[in-house]
Amino acid sequence: MSVAPTEIERPETVESQSPAAVPEPDVPWVTIVHNDPVNLMSYVTYVFQAYFGYPREKARKLMMDVHTKGRAIVSSGSREEMERDVQAMHGYGLWATLQQDR
Amino acid sequence: MAGHFEAVPGGGAAVALDELEISILRTLTVQLLELIGPGDAPADAAPPADPLDALFAEGPSKPPSDPALARLFPDAYGEPGKGPDDQERARSGEFRRYTEPELRESKRENALAVVRGLDLLTVQGEGGAVLKVGPEESRQWLATLNDLRLAIGARLDIRDDDDGEVLFRLPDEDERKPMVMAYLWLGGLQETLIETLMP
Repeated sequence: MSVAPTEIERPETVESQSPAAVPEPDVPWVTIVHNDPVNLMSYVTYVFQAYFGYPREKARKLMMDVHTKGRAIVSSGSREEMERDVQAMHGYGLWATLQQDR
Repeated sequence: MAGHFEAVPGGGAAVALDELEISILRTLTVQLLELIGPGDAPADAAPPADPLDALFAEGPSKPPSDPALARLFPDAYGEPGKGPDDQERARSGEFRRYTEPELRESKRENALAVVRGLDLLTVQGEGGAVLKVGPEESRQWLATLNDLRLAIGARLDIRDDDDGEVLFRLPDEDERKPMVMAYLWLGGLQETLIETLMP
């Protein structure tokens, strides 16, 4: 059995840290695809399946969100990952942007 | 113009094209290549003497002023319809500098594959020719057909779904009619090519 130490050492450093030094929780970034009148519905669905590997039903639902709501969040992750996704969407000719998910 | 792709057993797709269709497709794709410009430098820049310079060349930081180019190379940050704020503008500029040369190069390669495919066709009489594309070429054709429609859509100033409806009912004497016909025909080609690629 151990006995209680006579002196309890309080870690001073923790208390002296300013709140600003604590890193903010990572707010994820998202890739948003926007509606446009040129891209075919079948093409948008195809791109979501081919690039993201989404099943057909999920790809179709996201495409319908783009079509009816004007936009859909199609992926989320780090800023670097989302820049990659946006670049790929531009490669396919889809209108995509990234932003922090607030 | 009937043009539609059909799946080929074992993979790939095929479409019958007559001489006029081949010529229209080729002309439009060459125009697209001219619009996109070289992959590694702004259109008006001299080619770099050192290949390494090309490797490290940066793209532009400002969006293109041409509406068709702006649609092919859109900003990566900012809300559509709203002007970007300073931070969005700076981030879009940085993104463009690092990604646009690569994006332009991939669009070029896709369009060049289309031109090469058309140039290999031998037209026989009135029957035209049958273009066959493998799975990888199908993806290049698909991307280029889409880029062509985006570029023509920008030229026709199609901004929302209603604009499309109006254009499709243009009288024959309207000067935009031939471009609208080409736009619709390309849409049919693209739609049927997608069908062959869907699992």
